[in-house]
Amino acid sequence: MAEAASGAHGGDETTRRDFIYIAAGAAAAVGTAATLWPFIDQMNPAADTRALSTTEVDLSAVELGQQIKVMWQGKPVFVRHRTAAEISAAQRDDFAQLKDPQTDAERLVQDTGEAGRPEWLILQASCTHLGCVPTFVEGSSYGGWFCPCHGSDYDTSGRIRRGPAPANLLIAPYVFTGDTAIRIG
Amino acid sequence: MSGPSTYEPKTAFTRWLDRRLPIVRLSYDSFVAYPTPRNLNYWWTFGAMLALCLVVQIVTGVVLAMHYVPHINMAFASVQRIDRDVPFGWLIQNIHSVGASMFFLAVYVHMFRGLYYGSYKAPRELLWILGCIIYLLMVATAFLGYTLPWGQMSFWGATVITNLLGALPLVGESIKNWLMGGFSVDQPTLNRFFSLHYLLPFVIAGVVALHVWALHEAGQNNPAGVDVKSKADTVPFTPHATMKDLFATGLFVILFSVFVFYMPDALGHADNYIPANPLQTPPEIVPEWYLLPFYAILRAFDFNIGPIDSKLAGVLAMFASIGILFILPWLDTSRVRSMRYRPIARQFFLIFVVVCIFLGWCGGQNPGRILVPATFSSNLSWVEGGTVEQTSIRATGAWEDAAAAAEADLRERGATAVAITRTSPTEGTVRGVFGGTELTRQVRAPTQDELEVAIGEVKTEVGDAAPFFNVERHIPFTFTVTRLSQVLTAYYFLFFLIILPLLGLREKPGRVPDTIAKPVIDGQVQGAS
Amino acid sequence: MLRALTAAAAIFVAGIGVAVAAGDAEHPHDHAFSFDSPIGGYDMGAVQRGYQVYQQVCATCHGMDHLAYRHLGEEGGPFALYMVRNHETGELEPHVGKPEHGGQFVDVTDNPYVRAIAAGVTISDVDPNSGQLTDRPGRISDRFRRPFPNEIAARASNGGAYPADLSVITSARHGGADYIYALLTGYTGASEGTLYENPYFAGHLIAMPPPLAEGAVAYTDPETPQTVEQYAADVTHFLQWAADPHMEERKRMGIVVLAFLIVLTGLLYLSYKQIWRNESH
Repeated sequence: MAEAASGAHGGDETTRRDFIYIAAGAAAAVGTAATLWPFIDQMNPAADTRALSTTEVDLSAVELGQQIKVMWQGKPVFVRHRTAAEISAAQRDDFAQLKDPQTDAERLVQDTGEAGRPEWLILQASCTHLGCVPTFVEGSSYGGWFCPCHGSDYDTSGRIRRGPAPANLLIAPYVFTGDTAIRIG
Repeated sequence: MSGPSTYEPKTAFTRWLDRRLPIVRLSYDSFVAYPTPRNLNYWWTFGAMLALCLVVQIVTGVVLAMHYVPHINMAFASVQRIDRDVPFGWLIQNIHSVGASMFFLAVYVHMFRGLYYGSYKAPRELLWILGCIIYLLMVATAFLGYTLPWGQMSFWGATVITNLLGALPLVGESIKNWLMGGFSVDQPTLNRFFSLHYLLPFVIAGVVALHVWALHEAGQNNPAGVDVKSKADTVPFTPHATMKDLFATGLFVILFSVFVFYMPDALGHADNYIPANPLQTPPEIVPEWYLLPFYAILRAFDFNIGPIDSKLAGVLAMFASIGILFILPWLDTSRVRSMRYRPIARQFFLIFVVVCIFLGWCGGQNPGRILVPATFSSNLSWVEGGTVEQTSIRATGAWEDAAAAAEADLRERGATAVAITRTSPTEGTVRGVFGGTELTRQVRAPTQDELEVAIGEVKTEVGDAAPFFNVERHIPFTFTVTRLSQVLTAYYFLFFLIILPLLGLREKPGRVPDTIAKPVIDGQVQGAS
Repeated sequence: MLRALTAAAAIFVAGIGVAVAAGDAEHPHDHAFSFDSPIGGYDMGAVQRGYQVYQQVCATCHGMDHLAYRHLGEEGGPFALYMVRNHETGELEPHVGKPEHGGQFVDVTDNPYVRAIAAGVTISDVDPNSGQLTDRPGRISDRFRRPFPNEIAARASNGGAYPADLSVITSARHGGADYIYALLTGYTGASEGTLYENPYFAGHLIAMPPPLAEGAVAYTDPETPQTVEQYAADVTHFLQWAADPHMEERKRMGIVVLAFLIVLTGLLYLSYKQIWRNESH
């Protein structure tokens, strides 16, 4: 704040004058910050977007050995009903040489911390390399998903076994809401 | 302006910058050291308020544009989504709509200030004209923006105004369809209106930059209307004018906030909460309050002027009412700038202000509304009893002659009442009643509609007793809203075209002080207007 | 200052000129609602009952396209869930509607009441597997069920008259909530052909038959009367909330903002005075 043209008339005068300017400046700064917040917050996801942030899935429609692809927050998610063979293959390789070591059980844990069910695997269908959607190929090298874009190979637990992808297919957070239903997100 | 720049860069970085892009020097010269007349009153703070309004509208507008969808099926719903679901969307939307009104409130005060203190006079003619251009752009922006929510008033207001363009001879229809992108206001119209509404405020910002540049070239006008003569007349802009502007803007923002938080819909129209329906016209179509005076001028022309039909006359008058402002610097012939020293001009100016306010009121009224109570009356006469005789008329020459002849014939034979009905250009019937009693009744009513109802009631009451009625109607001269608008519009144009030019030549002004500083230091002028 | 006042008067006068009752309709009198005053809020009990009246009576013909079931459970909504600590037992208890004080808001995705309200409604939607239109129970993210698929069907079922969407009805009518209340309680009982007499409607004849009747909606609380006036007041209260769900937040923010601005403007004024103390002007 620029000084006024008049000279100071003593210590009290200066302090009071400065105080008024400082107080006004501080109040203006607080007001500006408070005004700024709504304009920043308005770009956050709106209420209707937030309401669609979870997806409910009915598992009874998914046959053994089949998978469905559902949309969650605008992204694809695999919900796979694994066969006994797929489960044992996944568990067998729990301590094999893995680029991104994880046990199969770790990849089934629900969002609440409870253990999941081995026959239900819920994966985000996005290759961790550059984001393409992998396909489940029966009889492939590791029995699981294969990404056609750059040849990443995943096993029956969705773990990266060969190829350029750096990490396992991400788990989508989910909970069982009943015997045959889950909520993702 | 006055003297060379006094800015001295203090740090290495500011010296480096000053050599390459003297933006700090420009800001310092324009808004810190800039010499400002010391006698400016609060009417001079509205420029700062306008700058704030422009920034507020642009910021809130850009943010709203992140959520608004310019499609006829989704526009209304997207505004609802902003109101309900977008975080603080209701607040940003309220600020934007109230902000438009506050913008116009400030601009009208700013313009009236310019008129009163002669800020449009040499050497500030271009400053004034740039201001008029800004105002015109503001009106266009506001009109375009109002269509975006796609409510009933949005749609029908757009329809009415685009139809006005159709009034222009020869090219009107083509221009209208070109503007609308179709044959009626529809999706193409909405889409392009959105694009233009986003564009124009930045054009306004550019013209504002020119406006401030022109201002700084000539220097501020002041309430005394005298030029700055020496340093004694001025104070540095910062902190003197800056703090005063901030304080006055604070009061302005308080008023703004009262509307935003407690009366957000007070300045709007309920019908705009009804989604647009091209098949149903609302009972009244009115623009927002700040455009009402022009609406009144437009509707005042309900008569043809020679070859110019009333619709075109209204459109021309409406545009002329803004256009005339552009040439004001050359219409006002007075040597004295400020109306503080022009006592006669001041009276006419005050009347002008009142006229503008009442034009605004007229714009919001039903044009046929009768302001001074008048009585419509009608005389009915009929014959009860008596015998009816009916003959057909076949005119070989002029109808009037044949009809008059038939009537005269019956009257000669003693008919008490005669009625002629014309069924074709050359044929009709004449009926006469012989004998019986002639009765009359007079009915009165305050409006024409009620008069017709009253006439109908009498006819029903008498019923079959009378074979026919003769009805004489007296329509009095009524002072309607349209008449008032005509009177006010006349004064509006007279003020600029006749009064100001003549006053300049004839008026004896008061004693104008020599310098700004003198009356101020002498203690004469303290906040007087 | 005189000119500023004249300008202010101008807005006021222009405003009045546009805000009178439509045509020949009688002016609704001022019914005292809790939300009328600048510091007044919503009576959540009334909004809850009003939703019930809407659901059981009005929803047959009137849609509310801009509302979704989740709106009922958002902060400030009639069925918003708050966990309140019981002072005696120390347990957290669910409380529907904003409590007097305290209470932790529970996000609408975890609100079983709103979920149940939504599930109780049948929504017509495209089946994700077959692609055909089928019925399914509602979800919280669904918009309110439409009684008619489009305006043409709505008009065809109502003798050519369109039952207006009620999402913002109190904002879309001159007189607002007072008008809605007056209209609902204003039926004289007379009718002309297919139209019913109501002095608050422009033209005095309205296509909507009197929608409310005594005892038509069974309120759970035995203390609340089940009269036409009570139903009208409750449903109007709900409609006002539906049109302006952020009203309470807006008024609260208004007090804070205005208090702040008054203080700030005061400080700016003192600064201004200080700067100009020794300058003649």
